[in-house]
Formats: sequence, C-alpha cells, structure tokens
Amino acid sequence: MTGPPDERPIRLTIFSSPAHLAVVRGAVEGLCRRIGFDDECVTHVVMSVDEALSNVIRHAYAGAEGEPIEIELDWTDAQPGVRICIRDRGQPVEPGSFGPRGPGGLRPGGLGLHIMTECMDHLDYRPAEGGGTVLTMIKRLEPARRRP
Amino acid sequence: MGERSHRQCVKAVRWVSRAAIVDVRGDVDLDRSGEFQQALLGVMDQRPERIVVNLAEVPYMDSSGVASLVKLLGRARRQQVGLRLVGLTDRVRSIFQITRLDGIFEIHATVQEALA
Repeated sequence: MTGPPDERPIRLTIFSSPAHLAVVRGAVEGLCRRIGFDDECVTHVVMSVDEALSNVIRHAYAGAEGEPIEIELDWTDAQPGVRICIRDRGQPVEPGSFGPRGPGGLRPGGLGLHIMTECMDHLDYRPAEGGGTVLTMIKRLEPARRRP
Repeated sequence: MGERSHRQCVKAVRWVSRAAIVDVRGDVDLDRSGEFQQALLGVMDQRPERIVVNLAEVPYMDSSGVASLVKLLGRARRQQVGLRLVGLTDRVRSIFQITRLDGIFEIHATVQEALA
C-alpha cells in the first residue's frame, strides 16, 4: 500500500444530502488505508465521519438538503494519524442535545455521538467564525494499530 | 467502502412456515434507513412468529439503521414476535459492539441457525 499523498490537506464540499454520505465514506476509507490504519481503525474513522455528517444533516440543517458541508482531511508524519474538520453553516447545535446516551439501552437516538466518542481519540465542537459549527476529530495512528 | 445503490434495501422476504426471513442488501445509512424501517415494520404487520433479518449483504450500517432495528425489536417484544439477526459483516458487527447492542439482539451466524 502506498502512503498518503504528499500534498495535504484534502478538502471536500458536499451538500447536506444523505445520498452524499457514501461518497465521503469511500474517500475517508481510501485515505485511512493509505495512512496505514488497520481494518478496525479504518472502520472507526469511517463510522465517526459518517455519524458526524449525519448529525449535521439532521440537526444543524434540520434535514434540509442542498446546504454546504465542508470537510478537511489532514495528516502529518510528525504526529501520525488523521485530523478531520467538519464545518457547517447551520444552526449551532449543542452536542448534548443529540446525545450521547448510555449504550446498550433500547431507546433509539443519540447513538451517533456515542460512536464518535468511542472511536476517536479527540473530539471538539466549537462555533465557527461567520456562523455554524466546526467539529474537529483526531484519530492517532498507534504503532500497534498499523496495517501489517 | 460498501455498496450503495438505488435498489431497494430489502432484496426479498422469504417465508418458512410462519418465520419471515428478510434479506437486506447494500449500505443502510441515513439515506436508506427510513425505507429499511418501513420495510421491516411492514413484515411485522403480517404477524410472523419470528423475523430473521439477514444482513449478510450489508457492508455498512450507521446508527440510523441500528435505531431502526431497535424500534423493530421494541415492537417485536410487545407483539411477542422473535427477532433474530444473522450474517453480520465485520463492519456491521462493529457498530453493534460499540453501542453494546450486541448483547440485546439475538445474533446468529446463519439463517439455518436462526430458524432452529
């Protein structure tokens, strides 16, 4: 497997359409594999990005399609891993308003934030300049979790 | 990453006696979980004794797909219908483990095992 591209970051802009989620999952998976994450970590990063985007669509944009979501994927050799920023221009959302809930229960809803918290090493929500929210997530590439 | 298509989420519903085997295909994400849930609840309306949800052809499921199954499970318990999941791919199994719902659902390796 070749390493990640020399030029970074990768920036994607999608619409707040659920149909765009699969495209982003594919891009994130491809990058994570090139960075060297093992299968489990790739799954964790892909799931976290997908849940974060779903939360933007459902909560920040209240299900409205056609609104912009900006995604930045970055990595460095100095701190191996991936840093993902997701910026929306929707209603500011308090993470507590959509979870997390205790896992293992039978109440649907609020699972997404729990998944992101469990799967990523760092999660930070903050208001974006000019409106909206920026979510930053980091997954470190631990030596033991490198793809052999 | 997994398959996503314009085809329907539910590929087939097969009946073995009064057990309904629901074969699902493709990713179940925010784009398709509404359709997924409606299809499953539609099977429940036919009053089976048991529903076996076959996820062997589901490469990816997000929390909205899981929530659909949680809703189905709640209704199945109220109606005393057995609900079993089979054929979880590694990635789908992951989301059940992370949410710790793997201990709440009855999960089997194969359809045959789920029908036994």
